[in-house]
Amino acid sequence: MLEADLVVIGAGPAGMSASRTAAEAGLTVVLLDEQLRAGGQIYREVENAAPVRGDILGADFVDGLSLVRALEHPNITHVKGAVVWQIEDRTTVAYSINGVASFVIGKRLLIATGALERPMPVAGWTLPGVMTVGAAQILIKQSGMVLDKAVLAGCGPLLYLTAAQMCRAGARPLALVETQSMADLFFSLRHGLGAIRGWRDLAKGLGLLAELRRAGVKRYTGATAIAIDGETSVEALRFRTNGQEHRLECATVLLHHGVVPNTQAALSIGAAHEWREQQRAFAPITDEWGGTPIDEVFIAGDGAGVGGAVVAALAGEISACQVACGLGAITDEQRDKAAGPLRRRLRRELAIRPFLDRAYPPYAEAVSPADDTIVCRCEEVTAGAIRRFARLGCIGPNQAKAFGRLGMGPCQGRCCGLTVTELLASENARSPDQTGYYRIRPPIKPVTLQEMASVAEEGEQEITRET
Amino acid sequence: MKTASSVRRLQTPEQLVSIQFAGAEVKVREGGNLAAELLAAGVSPFRETPVSGAPRNPYCMMGACFDCLVEIDGVARQACMTEVVAGMTISRHSAVRESDNA
Ligand SMILES: Cc1cc2nc3c(=O)[nH]c(=O)nc-3n(C[C@H](O)[C@H](O)[C@H](O)COP(=O)(O)OP(=O)(O)OC[C@H]3O[C@@H](n4cnc5c(N)ncnc54)[C@H](O)[C@@H]3O)c2cc1C
Ligand code: FES
Repeated sequence: MLEADLVVIGAGPAGMSASRTAAEAGLTVVLLDEQLRAGGQIYREVENAAPVRGDILGADFVDGLSLVRALEHPNITHVKGAVVWQIEDRTTVAYSINGVASFVIGKRLLIATGALERPMPVAGWTLPGVMTVGAAQILIKQSGMVLDKAVLAGCGPLLYLTAAQMCRAGARPLALVETQSMADLFFSLRHGLGAIRGWRDLAKGLGLLAELRRAGVKRYTGATAIAIDGETSVEALRFRTNGQEHRLECATVLLHHGVVPNTQAALSIGAAHEWREQQRAFAPITDEWGGTPIDEVFIAGDGAGVGGAVVAALAGEISACQVACGLGAITDEQRDKAAGPLRRRLRRELAIRPFLDRAYPPYAEAVSPADDTIVCRCEEVTAGAIRRFARLGCIGPNQAKAFGRLGMGPCQGRCCGLTVTELLASENARSPDQTGYYRIRPPIKPVTLQEMASVAEEGEQEITRET
Repeated sequence: MKTASSVRRLQTPEQLVSIQFAGAEVKVREGGNLAAELLAAGVSPFRETPVSGAPRNPYCMMGACFDCLVEIDGVARQACMTEVVAGMTISRHSAVRESDNA
């Protein structure tokens, strides 16, 4: 068993910067991540990939090296490949490495588990050969592999970035099939001021688009009626633009329409969440320090509301300041002096978000899929079945479990939860907040009985030793 | 089982090792990500769903979807969260409903 002043779950930008800040303030930190190397989603595998594929992945990726190197601090213990499956008594965290379980007790806990790609249920999305855009990017970063004959479908900045990275790696996508419309872009300009303040991001986005144009990647916008054809694997992507039907033959379809907070760990300890209409997702309710109503528990980064990597790193530092202050390592004045400039940068970085949210809204037909589209990948429950549950009196996702095993498969709703909430809310004419989300119970990752038993034993031994 | 893979390595690895997948020998890179390596070797499908027997392959590559579930020495594991060790014996995840676990 380990002990630390601060336990951090997630070695992405939020968790890494929080760990460093806390360590510099004199706190001991245990940083857990199920990945074998630090970086999180954006900087995944950066230490290995930057030297060999830095040119493909870009400068923003290589930037992550400094955060990873900053983890080399005597106060930081980075436990690699540690899958967290339970949080108990507020700050006791159970995890497994290669099927061997242990736990760590902290005085404070920071949940920095980042984001997940928003589920994008469309006809045929369970076929082999369909992956997420993020998955294609992970293949490049982690394994140095590319997907050939690919079509990217959906919307958002990650679509452009990954397509550009694929081009640089010599795997030019066949096409980008984008779901946002001219109207979305038009209305997003109402947030023009914010967009201008976030001009650096905007310029990067435009740069990527120019790069895709130069590479000769075909782009369709305002796509609807997206469906994937294939018997045992992907054969083609069908869609409609401007009243015209298209069918693109391809070997791979990559789906993406934004990222949403990964709320699994926070929900499992009963932290209160609220629906954020702008981001069309649930996020935990936190204070200006990332603090939750559970005094010892903090949440930072995309898991607290999607803001991107820079925001995540800043939020991690801000939380760490409060943790250090609460444990008496720094004074209130020191905390506020450190947090002031961080908050100003945070506001600047967040300025572009309303523009992005409006310019690239989730694909409407994946938020409310056609009746025969599978929504729950694990138990193969369709949108039509979920609508039928609603007509039979099902008002929330937890009831839906009893109706059709929804969310009871191994992914525990990570791939269907938001869609189920939206479908039930719309069918019952209630708000997503009224409809709610799956109740998440530990273990949040599957563990064997043996693993659980071994941790219980370890716990008992600790108690006997203490008495 | 094998299909023409659309997954391509940017660099040819110096050396490949053998592992077993569903009784067949597969050549992969030691220490590589198991899901990626199996995809590059052309393995498809990884598993069939317990409900309808539909074929599934890795979808998210980040531990969220569980479509990459395989059995390694009898234990269900997410291939996308596992590193290749030479000589691994992998079988298709048996069609037991995972939710009946623990
Ligand atoms: C697939 C994907 C790709 C992305 N690529 C980019 C990109 O290229 N550029 C960009 O600007 N933004 C990208 N994003 C957006 C990204 O969310 C943010 O930019 C940034 O990574 C958020 O930082 P974070 O620290 O909040 O979380 P993350 O970077 O997501 O880090 C969270 C960490 O928590 C770990 N974790 C989660 N659950 C557990 C658990 N139960 N046990 C142990 N560890 C756990 C994860 O392994 C992960 O390393 C991507 C998002 C996704 C989902
Ligand atoms: S591919 Fe989704 S969990 Fe492994």
